[in-house]
Amino acid sequence: MIEAQAVVEVALVAAARNGADGCIVLVDESSHADVRFALNTTTTNGVRRDRSVTVIALVATGRGLSPSVGVARRSGVVDVEQMVSAALTDARGAPPAEDAFTLVDGMGAARAGVGAAALAYGRAPVETDLSVLGGVLSGLSSAFRRAAAHEVVLAGFAEYGVSTLYLGSSTGVRLSYAQPTGSVNLVGRSRDGARSAWTGIGAERIGEISFGVLEDELWRRLAWAERSLSLDAGRYEVILPPSGVADLMGSLFFYGMGGQDAEDGRTVFSASGDGGTRTGERVSDVPFTLYSDPFEPGVECLPFVAVGSSDSESSVFDNALPLERVDWIKDGYLAHLRYHRAGAARSGVDVAPYIDNLILRAGDGVGGGVGGTVDEMVARTERGLLLTCLWYIREVDPATALLTGLTRDGVYVIEDGVVVGAANNFRFNESPVDLLARATEVGTSVRALGRELGEYLNRCIMPALRIPDFNMSSVSQAS
Amino acid sequence: MPLPADDLAALTDAALATATAGGCTNAELRVERIRSQRVRLRDAAPEGTSDDTEFGMGVRVVVDGAVGFAATVDVSPTEAANMVRSAIETARVTARAGGGRVEMAPEPSHGEVTWTSPFEIDPAVVPLFEKVALLEEWSRRLLADDVVSHVTAEVLSVGEETFLADLNGTRATQRRVRLHPQVEALALSEAGFETMRSLAPPVGRGWEYLTGGGGGWDWDGELARMPEYLAEKLRSPSVDAGTYDLVVDPSNLWLTIHESIGHATELDRAVGYEAAYAGTSFATFDQLGTLAYGSPIMHVTGDRTVEHGLATVAIDSEGVAGQSFDLIRGGVLVGYQLDRSIAASMHLGPSNGCAFADSPLHVPIQRMANVSLAPAGDGGTGGDGPTTDDLIAGVERGLYIVGDKSWSIDMQRYNFQFTGQRFFKIEGGRLAGQVKDVAYQATTTDFWGAMEAVGGSSTYVLGGAFNCGKGQPGQVAPVSHGCPSVLVRGVRVLNAREEAGR
Repeated sequence: MIEAQAVVEVALVAAARNGADGCIVLVDESSHADVRFALNTTTTNGVRRDRSVTVIALVATGRGLSPSVGVARRSGVVDVEQMVSAALTDARGAPPAEDAFTLVDGMGAARAGVGAAALAYGRAPVETDLSVLGGVLSGLSSAFRRAAAHEVVLAGFAEYGVSTLYLGSSTGVRLSYAQPTGSVNLVGRSRDGARSAWTGIGAERIGEISFGVLEDELWRRLAWAERSLSLDAGRYEVILPPSGVADLMGSLFFYGMGGQDAEDGRTVFSASGDGGTRTGERVSDVPFTLYSDPFEPGVECLPFVAVGSSDSESSVFDNALPLERVDWIKDGYLAHLRYHRAGAARSGVDVAPYIDNLILRAGDGVGGGVGGTVDEMVARTERGLLLTCLWYIREVDPATALLTGLTRDGVYVIEDGVVVGAANNFRFNESPVDLLARATEVGTSVRALGRELGEYLNRCIMPALRIPDFNMSSVSQAS
Repeated sequence: MPLPADDLAALTDAALATATAGGCTNAELRVERIRSQRVRLRDAAPEGTSDDTEFGMGVRVVVDGAVGFAATVDVSPTEAANMVRSAIETARVTARAGGGRVEMAPEPSHGEVTWTSPFEIDPAVVPLFEKVALLEEWSRRLLADDVVSHVTAEVLSVGEETFLADLNGTRATQRRVRLHPQVEALALSEAGFETMRSLAPPVGRGWEYLTGGGGGWDWDGELARMPEYLAEKLRSPSVDAGTYDLVVDPSNLWLTIHESIGHATELDRAVGYEAAYAGTSFATFDQLGTLAYGSPIMHVTGDRTVEHGLATVAIDSEGVAGQSFDLIRGGVLVGYQLDRSIAASMHLGPSNGCAFADSPLHVPIQRMANVSLAPAGDGGTGGDGPTTDDLIAGVERGLYIVGDKSWSIDMQRYNFQFTGQRFFKIEGGRLAGQVKDVAYQATTTDFWGAMEAVGGSSTYVLGGAFNCGKGQPGQVAPVSHGCPSVLVRGVRVLNAREEAGR
């Protein structure tokens, strides 16, 4: 295949030659390896190499009017000329874009904090293969033997990939960024299905994940479940671990943080009746700060905008815009909703594009609580439930951000500071916004993998939360 | 732009010769081009379009009882051979981690197969501006009503061209087209907002589905009624939580079938292969032939054959012929959905054709067939089974639920909760206006066990979804579910606002 950088240049030249008034090209080179296992055996394992090319063509529509846009995205070995032609055809048939804005220029982008991405542009894409999962694979063979000896079956998934993005534009942008993403999920179930436990973690450097540590935690939890207790639906004091917090905050991040959606009146952050938003209002007494930051240590991510097609919050016109930290909630107050530049200009608010990580902190771990690990929070619990993770989370009512979902792979009963057994699973109905308002203790924020959304939002740093009255709506017989 | 036959032959020769030389007992080469387009308008203005074409090839091999998969977007005979070598190496590396041998159920050669799903107008040849213009006109119709504050309208369309060649000698060239148009109107009031979405299901049809010409959906009628339904919903009372008899419309019930029957009867799940991700199933293998899934009027089939079905194919992603089979007869579990490895490991004979990969870069796994609930027969009278009105007439105090919205079910498919687009009170056998904030919650076998009546074929609709998720790396599959209206007694209904503590 020809080099990614050459694809960019060929597309930009073809666009100019065919009369485009602007062009943006994204080439994403990805290299991925994964190992899946179940029933104490490896199952579907693979390696793959992918390239996708996105061409965004702009065409002027008339004096004083916004340009129109056409896009084409192809994977593999592409006919760049044909892609440019298809994008231009669509652009010429399209009305002026609602999200039009001046394209980011290359010099400006390079000065504004993404100089490293400009320097990286000349490099080849990062490659990976199955050898990066060597530690997991060697850990698995002994783990399978240990599990089989104890009438337990292991299932799980380990994956690692690197996506190297090249972004070029007719305004001189040439940026590149290599994003590694890795995760390990490990489930152990007793052969009779009565006991089930999970551990999982995301990491940019997969080799740093200790499979042994994950495995030991799994066995500690399976031992907790040797005594089973039956509980009814109702409101319980709950320690929601970082994985569960990642999933609930991630749901709010995806469904609830759209600025245009809030202005339309369709989210929990819509002001009632007047087309405004609740920005500036207090969300919680605890000084929670929920933010995204491309430079957050340990969860670094793409430091500029890369968008292949526009929607109400992200715009192809913003491609290459340098990203910096955005506080969605700051010290307990709603601070920002997601806007592209055109939307922010229309509404008179700050630009706040999507950033691919999410962090929740409450001061230094204090503020309504005393911080610490989940184990320390358990030790401070007179009577309550320690959850493992959440599953099948769906929005029930966007007006309250009400979510439903299930507890999964371990609901542990705490009495006088120790785990005394495992209870049945529950269906919950809760709003993440209400949980922030009701949390009475906040643990130390740590790297967390949402069981459900970790697939889409790998890079999270979250605390455990103590919720005094978590709504377990009904019992689930699932184990 | 069909896949060129000469190139396919060269790729096949390179890949399968390498597989044979490498000692593979099974190998399937898949070369696929998948085009997906999304056109979305917000308040009658384009919000953004995407137009993706994925082209690549993948191979799954079985060597020394271990499975390996490799894939690439660099499609050439040389790369095909390299890819097969990489898949063999992956199989050998992972085999060293230990575990049991993998077998594949036998499947005969189907020789040369060519198949195309039925459509009149390929959505790919309709210019983008025509699509935008149609959605804009629909949006303006809705916005013209005073009750409607905002409208979103979108069409997803997919065209798949696939080629499969395996060591058995099957050479399958297939083409599928599918569409999912959706329009949603939003109304505001002092108390908040309500929405109403179109009920038109996603289908395996062409662009004619949107323009009415024999396409199977009355768009003019649906768009005309949406503002009235929305206005009524906006001023309707919040439901009193409690136990209700439900008449569930096919536009809602398809999703309940998908979640509580479709996934629960996937044998790979029931056995434990999805324990870490999608989950397992309460319908365990030891209960095959005995599990009382529902009432005796419940008959459910799986198929990959129904016309316009989203999971319909001639040959599946591991070379097995598409077919139809029973899952539940007379309320009893009698079958599972299978792929070749699970059929072999459970000694069930050949696969029933439920393998699918959503991309040339993904390994085929067991995915859902079109899983459908049979309508009532005529009872020997020569007429049809009950109408929806007949079912409503049998309810003293209940709700009639139309359209799907929120859905969630646990990892063994016991406990589910669904909402909908609109909910009508039933009082004394008649509809008595809408209520809102409804969610219904049940355990699968309780719900289907309380199904007292199923509607006739006049109530039957083929619903479905584009976005069924399963597997790691995650894969998305399209699937259809046909069903009649049904009457279910004594279901727990929640008030969503009360659940949120409001």
